[in-house]
Amino acid sequence: MCLAVPGRVVEIEERDGTRMAVVDFGGVVKDVCLEYLPDLAVGEYAIVHVGFALQRLDEESARKTLELFNELGLLQEEFGDPWEAAAGAGAAAKEVQE
Amino acid sequence: MKYLEEFRDPELARRLLDDIRATVTRPWALMEVCGGQTHTIIRHGIDQLLPEGVELIHGPGCPVCVTPLEVIDKALEIASRPGVIFCSFGDMLRVPGTDRDLFRVRGEGGDVRVVYSPLDALRIAQQNPDREVVFFGIGFETTAPPNAMTVYQARKLGIRNFSLLVSHVRVPPAIEAIMTSPDCRVQGFLAAGHVCSVMGVEEYPELAERHRVPIVVTGFEPLDILEGIRRTVRQLERGEHTVENAYQRAVRPEGNPAAKAMLADVFEVTDRAWRGIGVIPRSGWRLSPRYRDQDAEHRFQVSGITTVEPAECRSGEVLQGLLKPNQCEAFGTTCTPRNPLGATMVSSEGACAAYYLYRRLGLPAAPLPARSLPVVPLEASPVA
Ligand code: SF4
Repeated sequence: MCLAVPGRVVEIEERDGTRMAVVDFGGVVKDVCLEYLPDLAVGEYAIVHVGFALQRLDEESARKTLELFNELGLLQEEFGDPWEAAAGAGAAAKEVQE
Repeated sequence: MKYLEEFRDPELARRLLDDIRATVTRPWALMEVCGGQTHTIIRHGIDQLLPEGVELIHGPGCPVCVTPLEVIDKALEIASRPGVIFCSFGDMLRVPGTDRDLFRVRGEGGDVRVVYSPLDALRIAQQNPDREVVFFGIGFETTAPPNAMTVYQARKLGIRNFSLLVSHVRVPPAIEAIMTSPDCRVQGFLAAGHVCSVMGVEEYPELAERHRVPIVVTGFEPLDILEGIRRTVRQLERGEHTVENAYQRAVRPEGNPAAKAMLADVFEVTDRAWRGIGVIPRSGWRLSPRYRDQDAEHRFQVSGITTVEPAECRSGEVLQGLLKPNQCEAFGTTCTPRNPLGATMVSSEGACAAYYLYRRLGLPAAPLPARSLPVVPLEASPVA
């Protein structure tokens, strides 16, 4: 129940004086209350928890974070021990993949 | 799905792990606060990929697990009353009360309904004006705003047959309690990202400074967890103790001001008992005086229930990071998700359930000290 997941706003409407949205979670759609993020727009992503949008998901930060992760390995690859890296890669890939 | 898959990429996970390995020179003990993070860690075996000596201690951040027995018993009593429709999140159904659970109450004829959102419970109240509808409002700072909004809406729409059974808890006082425990081994915290999506980070610098402990706001996907660990051990290796935000895509420093304003209106801070742990001062919320008539405890007069935890369940130690689930004797034998002795075996975020799902045949058990936090015992103070 504690899960909060990112979803994309598909549609916005007023219902009973409350700002509601239809949000798409990778194919599953749900009604979500937007009262806490009233300026969220169609097409934007938000973190949704028990039917409420709680925080806008900032696409720019998401991209930057992934870029940072990408760059992390570079120095290691340049100066690290390739044998250890190869062993690590095998183990990491096996464990982390679902 | 977008913004989930990218943060599960095995190649990037390897790079993060390499960087952690290159940084760490000695053992460190970190606590992930949130049960959702525990679940990701155990499911993906992240703890087993870390360099030797870097230990993840599982924290008390599973709301289902820490809801006190007393409140569960109150829920069971209210749910058994004729004329009541009792609504709850699904994970509360099998949480054991003193002698039964919500699932059983339903079997005995109680009208117990599972909802996805508290707003669903409000709709049920609208559709059943001749019945009393009660929603079981548990959870951390992430779940409190939805519940607060629902109480507010009920009042605004004049829905009088709706009330909330409240057992909300707050993370910072729990961190404080953990850090002041004489048994504390925690040297750095992965703070719960979604709690900070709501509350921001302003409560943490003071804690980090006073306890000289790094606190890194961390998300829930495997790469988020690895990044939280990477930043925490980097601080520890450098002798630093600051608050960092490793979950920027979902956490602004100020949190969500609208949600915080609603919390301040609908709730007030109170001492709260944590199941298996005891009372932690100022660690919870209850309805503020303005909304007291929508408090189910008040409406149904269910105070004065006294409870005793089953002795064989060691979930209190599990929740404080003093014991790994598979070190409990009952784990996987007399205690399983089908027949749970403690709430940590029920909830999908409970550490015992995570170990049962992914680690049943795993780790050797090493004994750890079995003492507890310096807090008032459960019996001494009723839930406010
Ligand atoms: S395994 Fe069961 S009995 Fe042991 S601590 Fe966990 S919930 Fe309690």
